[in-house]
Amino acid sequence: MKSVTLTASAIALLAASGTAALARDNIQIAGSSTVLPYASIVAEAFGENFDFPTPVVESGGSSSGLKRFCEGVGENSIDIANASRKIKDKEIATCAENGVKDIMEVRIGYDGIVFASQKDGPAFTAFEPADLYNALGAKVMKDGKLVDNTYGKWNEFNANLPDADIMAFIPGTKHGTREVFEEKVLEAGCEATGAFEAYKAEGMDDKAASKACMKVRTDGKAVDIDGDYTETLARIASNPDGVGVFGLAFYENNTDKLKVATMSGIAPSTATIADGSYPVSRPLYFYVKKAHIGEIPGLKEYAEFFVSDDMAGSDGPLAQYGLVSDPELAQTQDAVANETTMQ
Amino acid sequence: MSDATHSAPHKPTSRSLHAVDARTKRRNASESRFKAMGIGAIGIGIAFLVLLLSTIVMNGSSAFQQTFINVPVYLDPAKIDKKGNRDLADLKKATTFTYAPLIQNGLLDVVKKAGIETDLSKAKELKNLISASAASQVRDRVLADPSLIGQTIDFKILASSRVDGYLKGRVKRADIAQDKNISVAQLDLTDALREAGVIHKGFNSAFIFGADASDSRAEQAGIGVSMLGSFYMMLVVLALALPIGVAASIYLEEFAAKNRFTDLIEVNISNLAAVPSIVFGILGLSVFIQFAHLPQSAPLVGGLVLTLMTLPTIIISTRAALKAVPPSIRDAALGVGASKMQSVFHHVLPLAMPGILTGTIIGLAQALGETAPLLLIGMVGYVATNTPDGFVDGFVSPNSAMPAQIYEWAKRADPAFYERAWGGIIILLVFLLSMNIIAIILRRKFERRW
Repeated sequence: MKSVTLTASAIALLAASGTAALARDNIQIAGSSTVLPYASIVAEAFGENFDFPTPVVESGGSSSGLKRFCEGVGENSIDIANASRKIKDKEIATCAENGVKDIMEVRIGYDGIVFASQKDGPAFTAFEPADLYNALGAKVMKDGKLVDNTYGKWNEFNANLPDADIMAFIPGTKHGTREVFEEKVLEAGCEATGAFEAYKAEGMDDKAASKACMKVRTDGKAVDIDGDYTETLARIASNPDGVGVFGLAFYENNTDKLKVATMSGIAPSTATIADGSYPVSRPLYFYVKKAHIGEIPGLKEYAEFFVSDDMAGSDGPLAQYGLVSDPELAQTQDAVANETTMQ
Repeated sequence: MSDATHSAPHKPTSRSLHAVDARTKRRNASESRFKAMGIGAIGIGIAFLVLLLSTIVMNGSSAFQQTFINVPVYLDPAKIDKKGNRDLADLKKATTFTYAPLIQNGLLDVVKKAGIETDLSKAKELKNLISASAASQVRDRVLADPSLIGQTIDFKILASSRVDGYLKGRVKRADIAQDKNISVAQLDLTDALREAGVIHKGFNSAFIFGADASDSRAEQAGIGVSMLGSFYMMLVVLALALPIGVAASIYLEEFAAKNRFTDLIEVNISNLAAVPSIVFGILGLSVFIQFAHLPQSAPLVGGLVLTLMTLPTIIISTRAALKAVPPSIRDAALGVGASKMQSVFHHVLPLAMPGILTGTIIGLAQALGETAPLLLIGMVGYVATNTPDGFVDGFVSPNSAMPAQIYEWAKRADPAFYERAWGGIIILLVFLLSMNIIAIILRRKFERRW
């Protein structure tokens, strides 16, 4: 009996302490693992320079972050969702259903997506989106006809590429990076090789054809990586011919292990991405629940601090880490200061 | 039956114990083969253990060393205190971005005074040598004591992770051609400053006691706060799982009638013990966070989830310990007039205690190493940043746990975090090992055999 009362009182005590602290005083952030490093750098500096506690930043992917963001308003839901893609209309609708009406969209800058192989591996210095489509697409153009992809080596379709087996490690479908890869690489390559037109000639409309373009071959030469870039790095390390997809910041931290591939003759760097000459890049965002401003201490200050020149400017720590700073940062700063919401 | 008559005529086999016949030889051979296989199996096991441990120690031991720079910093009033009134509210407006150049200037002075020849003539070019944490270290010191403004104060600041990696042999000169975070000239300067005694390696106590750091400051990251998170979770597990588990098993073992219903419960408890831990994580998310509205990322919720996971282990080991107490003890107690409850609590339970404690400690050790359920309740990420203020706050303020922190470090981009992940594994293993040793000592000391 004694132990039963003891247990009951222990539970009551814990429950009481739990409820008492429900008045949350720290900002809760979740979402894209690409934005996580930037968010953590800002959160750390925010905790150091302001009298607010350091925000909590969780990862898990853009989609899962936005899902949690749209669960509702209140201290029990997150305040900010990080995303490596724009919020979808479907997600905005879910948000509205659950009472999350006023959403502030903040673009923090651009992230480059790079292709890299092992340091001692083959050098890919002549990539075009068409080559990647020929290597990885489900169906490719051969002799003017659309056939199942049977290419085994890179130099079979582009003599400037090395005589190496095709083996690519691409981000899995839960990553926001995958969408950029599909749009800017596969779809672009699909159109360049003429496969897009061939799909349409088969009776598909534009939408169905671009969907077909994004299909990746399934014979094991293109491997989906659902984990993080560290997993891709490990796979590259054990595959001398492998090519992997990385974020620019990750590559810049691991230049001793990776050899970067050029795209259309341009090597990726913050400069070439900023001027648009390197084609594969995407904007990064975070979304703020306006209803939480004023309720959660420091929320607006955090958003303003994130896009301030000190942090997100071209000389700031975010750029130092690998973010391509946004040329329209001043507009973003104004929008955050005025708490402009999405329409 | 006819065999006997048929076999009778053949030669009598040797019955001597000294001469070994063919059949005995075969039996002996198969026995020694089995022994050899057993030794081989143990040998492979030991080889893997040695490989694992040596890899961990080799990769992780460097995390306990860190590179520091001694810099005298002139706390320039013109920069820090523009209004000149030493008012704390105004001083706070000078952010870490104001302090960073002061430290770079300080280091440049050191370089000049030591007469080191280098191509790096601007203070800004020394930025890559210094950890970004230094600015906040200096700022905190000034805010704590504004009277220091205007003086030149000696600071021991962290070197950047690239410089640290260079001194540890991780960053090599041949590999940095593409690296924008360090240059060859900066490495030359590092060597010169090391000879001058300005840059030196030391024991890294911040790794054991410090908080997590952001992706750009691998050199500052520590496991201390997540260690606290693990500690608070273990407190919750101990406070809930031990009494509930022991009460449940005493009832099931000593009081409950044996019928289909208790059989069903028994089967379910065994099944629960085998349920993957991620399932408890989902349960915790939906029950404790979404339904009961407990705070996210809190060790309290983590502890509750791990309690659910540990309960079956404790119940099973407690029941085994109760079963091991001979019935004669119960009979004797009942025989002299004790009630059922008295016989259990005065005689059976104390005798079963060593077994119960062993089971509990092993259950706790399991819970300590668990990451999967914590993924779902928000304890993985950039979370373990603030040391909780006070005991109660420790249960509810956001925190991580040691295995979750190690997982988080292992996936970050800067290779310096990788070294820290291995270092974290060493600390986690020390904890697990000492818990298991305590379990063994308890068992040795108090176990009774009948």
